[in-house]
Amino acid sequence: MKLTLKIWRQENAKAKGRFETYQLDNISSDCSFLEMLDILNEQLVNDQVKLPVDTISFDHDCREGICGMCSLYINGRPHGPEQGTTVCQLHMRHFKDGDTITIEPWRAGPFPVVKDLMVDRLAFDKIIQAGGFTSVSTGGVPDANAIPIRKEDADLAMDAAACIGCGACVAACKNASAMLFVAAKVSQFALLPQGKIEAKERVHAMVAKMDELGFGNCSNTYACEAECPKNISVENIARMNREYFSQAVTKADRKQNGGGAG
Amino acid sequence: MRKTDVKLSSLSKKYFMAFAGLFLISFLVVHLGINLFILPITADHELIFADAVHFMSTNPLIKVMEVVLFGGFILHAILGVILQLQNWNARPVGYKVSQKSQVYSPFTRFMIHTGIIIFVFLIIHFMNFYFVKMGWAEPPQGAHIVEGQHDFYNMALNLFSSPFYCILYIVLIMGLGFHLHHAFQSAFQSLGLNHPTYTPVIKVIGTIYSVLVTFGFISIPLYFLFV
Repeated sequence: MKLTLKIWRQENAKAKGRFETYQLDNISSDCSFLEMLDILNEQLVNDQVKLPVDTISFDHDCREGICGMCSLYINGRPHGPEQGTTVCQLHMRHFKDGDTITIEPWRAGPFPVVKDLMVDRLAFDKIIQAGGFTSVSTGGVPDANAIPIRKEDADLAMDAAACIGCGACVAACKNASAMLFVAAKVSQFALLPQGKIEAKERVHAMVAKMDELGFGNCSNTYACEAECPKNISVENIARMNREYFSQAVTKADRKQNGGGAG
Repeated sequence: MRKTDVKLSSLSKKYFMAFAGLFLISFLVVHLGINLFILPITADHELIFADAVHFMSTNPLIKVMEVVLFGGFILHAILGVILQLQNWNARPVGYKVSQKSQVYSPFTRFMIHTGIIIFVFLIIHFMNFYFVKMGWAEPPQGAHIVEGQHDFYNMALNLFSSPFYCILYIVLIMGLGFHLHHAFQSAFQSLGLNHPTYTPVIKVIGTIYSVLVTFGFISIPLYFLFV
């Protein structure tokens, strides 16, 4: 395959970026999208005469669709044209010979560009730190069947937990909203008894952090669901909305007046 | 905290948007129901219309609801603008190539624009009717206006006798229709009312509602244009 690539190049977060055009030849249609970029970088190394070599930076790690590191906005869609896949699971057979492919980084205020196609997604970690956890139990290994959980709830929690936190929802959303990510992370705990202990604070803390970081609001366009590589449903957003409301109206903090029964 | 933030979380703003929106949605049905009596659908349609207008402008409960309605509308408009500004701020650098996903609906993307259309319509609407009722504006002159007497029926007839007004009315109401199409199901989602069985039903009802309301309102200028 012969390809023309238009790739966003940016030195660092503060630098002004630009698109650079690259030509590639002899790309196998069995090649994965990231392998194609590896070949391009290899070519850049071989062609470059002076050091340091300026290769194209892009995020990747497991390359089997489960880590959520890869994050490319290909021809106007996060993770490229295929549905329910990450970039690393995208193959060149989904493109035609002679195609021009435009590759951009995720675009969102809270996701600043680190270099080229790499963005800083620390914002997601901060949201998780705000409430996306359960209290740690110490002691012996608990029995797996000690806490009964309704099968349907376990399935829904598992579906929500499938979110790999790649940020495609933010990239796809016209408002750069992180609602689907936060909703998935809230849902996976809200559905399970283990998550009930922090439930009163969790959703409010995570939403407050999300707002503080400058993500946009949800306008129920559902582009996030359509572009999510893990097919996370917007039902989770509705669940988060319910959870937020019900936790707000049922929260009754007893006044702490010091001292216990002892 | 951002400047535009009024100390309401993103979700709280959405609840207020949804509640106010649903209230406005229900109000439109009442308004349309009365408006349709401008058309000769029954022998005494003019009397029924006059009775309805009298009820709506004198009943104490409706007076209270009027305050709720204006408050709800203003809240909905202000929050809508705040949310939109935040949304635009959330992506300082845009994409070069942006493809519409399969779920793309122009109605969702243009909520702020159709919202502004509705706002413009309401300014015209208020100048034509409400301000006249309150005595803040002179009743419009025309063939249907009897001197010193300005009932809503004749004021409406007077306005609809102008083809320019009819066409403007149709265009602006179309904006309302597009707004409603997205608004209906969106309000339920914002309130957390999403269910695998009922959500598709809500979406269908929302489409039927927006089409019926739009064509209901438009039928009046169409009648005066063509009949």
